[in-house]
Amino acid sequence: MTFEKTAKILAEYKDIDVSEISLDSTFEDLGLDSLDTVEIVMSLEDEFGISIELDSSLKTVRELVELIDGSL
Amino acid sequence: MKRVVITGVGVITPVGNDTKTFWDNLINGVCGIDRLTRFDTTDYKVKLAGEVRGFKPADFGIDVPTARHMDLYTQYALAAARQAAADSGIEGTVAPERLGVYLGSGIGGMHTFVSETEKLLKRGPGRVSPFFIPMMIGNMAAGTIAIQYNAQGPCLPVVTACATSTHAIGEAFRAVAYGYADAIFAGGAEATIEPLAVAGFTNSQALSLSEDPNAASLPFDARRGGFVMGEGAGVMILEEYEHAVSRGAKIYAEISGYANTCDAYHMTAPRPDGACAARAVEQAAREAGITADDILYINAHGTGTPLNDSSETLAFKLGLGEEMARRAAISSTKSMTGHMLGAAGAVEAIVCALTLARHAAPPTIHYEEPDPACDLDYIPNVCRKADFTAALSTSLGFGGHNGCLALRTFGG
Repeated sequence: MTFEKTAKILAEYKDIDVSEISLDSTFEDLGLDSLDTVEIVMSLEDEFGISIELDSSLKTVRELVELIDGSL
Repeated sequence: MKRVVITGVGVITPVGNDTKTFWDNLINGVCGIDRLTRFDTTDYKVKLAGEVRGFKPADFGIDVPTARHMDLYTQYALAAARQAAADSGIEGTVAPERLGVYLGSGIGGMHTFVSETEKLLKRGPGRVSPFFIPMMIGNMAAGTIAIQYNAQGPCLPVVTACATSTHAIGEAFRAVAYGYADAIFAGGAEATIEPLAVAGFTNSQALSLSEDPNAASLPFDARRGGFVMGEGAGVMILEEYEHAVSRGAKIYAEISGYANTCDAYHMTAPRPDGACAARAVEQAAREAGITADDILYINAHGTGTPLNDSSETLAFKLGLGEEMARRAAISSTKSMTGHMLGAAGAVEAIVCALTLARHAAPPTIHYEEPDPACDLDYIPNVCRKADFTAALSTSLGFGGHNGCLALRTFGG
């Protein structure tokens, strides 16, 4: 479920189809810079009701999903 | 010194979001002022505005995710810049380091400022967008246009309130004249029809409280009681003359004079004697070599505030001499657009360029009751057809900023 919700938020953010996002997608592939990442993490915190400490080494959707699962 | 010509124009305004619609409406005296619809005005004394209508970022190649990270003022600026670039055909003809952007905003991203302040107060500092600062700052429209067109030459956002884009164009004119760039996107943008700005302008007693769209923005009319807020953007391509000619560009007019003075008098009120505005008019006209032999059009600042219009009338008489001031055909575009603040000077300079290129000047609409303190020819209600040879555009801003641009018919 974490991936599906995350992918939906990312797809809405970039105005792309959710099918274009996989666990292996990198933020670079998706055209997301560090400002985008901060904004997306805020949305994810609201969606999951959690608090995430953003790690600047975060590079893929898989790492993001793992970070969320670890905060739930 | 090099000659500087205007080779492209673009507008987002309350009377049209393309140059043809804009010009047709101005020449036909169509009023762009109507009920303020952006928010509920029940608790506000002001009920009217000159709103940009039907603006869709996608129409100007700005996609949804990109638009989300641009304050509305930047969206307007980029949309006007795209029109000007397409109109001039400048893309690909100038080396990146010879292409510049001189574009300002009187206020900047106020909508972003307010919405992020609400987040801070309601949800705390952790919820303020990482895009808050870059979206809000008043230079980001210039930066955004530079990114879009890879303009790596001089880039300068001017901030002089309601004189912003007159000064931006004037400084761009000098940059091209002195050889610092071959072409510059020059102009301004504003998007502040927004509760905080309307409340602030209302309480500074600057705005008309009229509820009749046809009797609210009344430049030079004895009934005038304040300005009506407008919004939008104006961008022109200023190009070095030889560069424009060598690529066969269409030329609207030549910019041939510019002046910048300050009243040094009061935060909001103009000097009643108009002396410093007059000096701006005199300097710009002199630099352009405007004489009594010219057929002169003046696009006045003409806000419709009681103080502006009488002191500006004095400034024209002082700056040009009584006789030349009386012979000039003067109009205020703000009678139709409202006051577009930081975008006003650019849009009005575009009106001057089109007036010279098309031999007709738009009127001052809703003009009915003459004021003895405003006794010049304000082109009342009906456009004026004439072979104008020169034009002046004045802008006067809070802070006492005075700007004047002088344009000449392009004669080769």
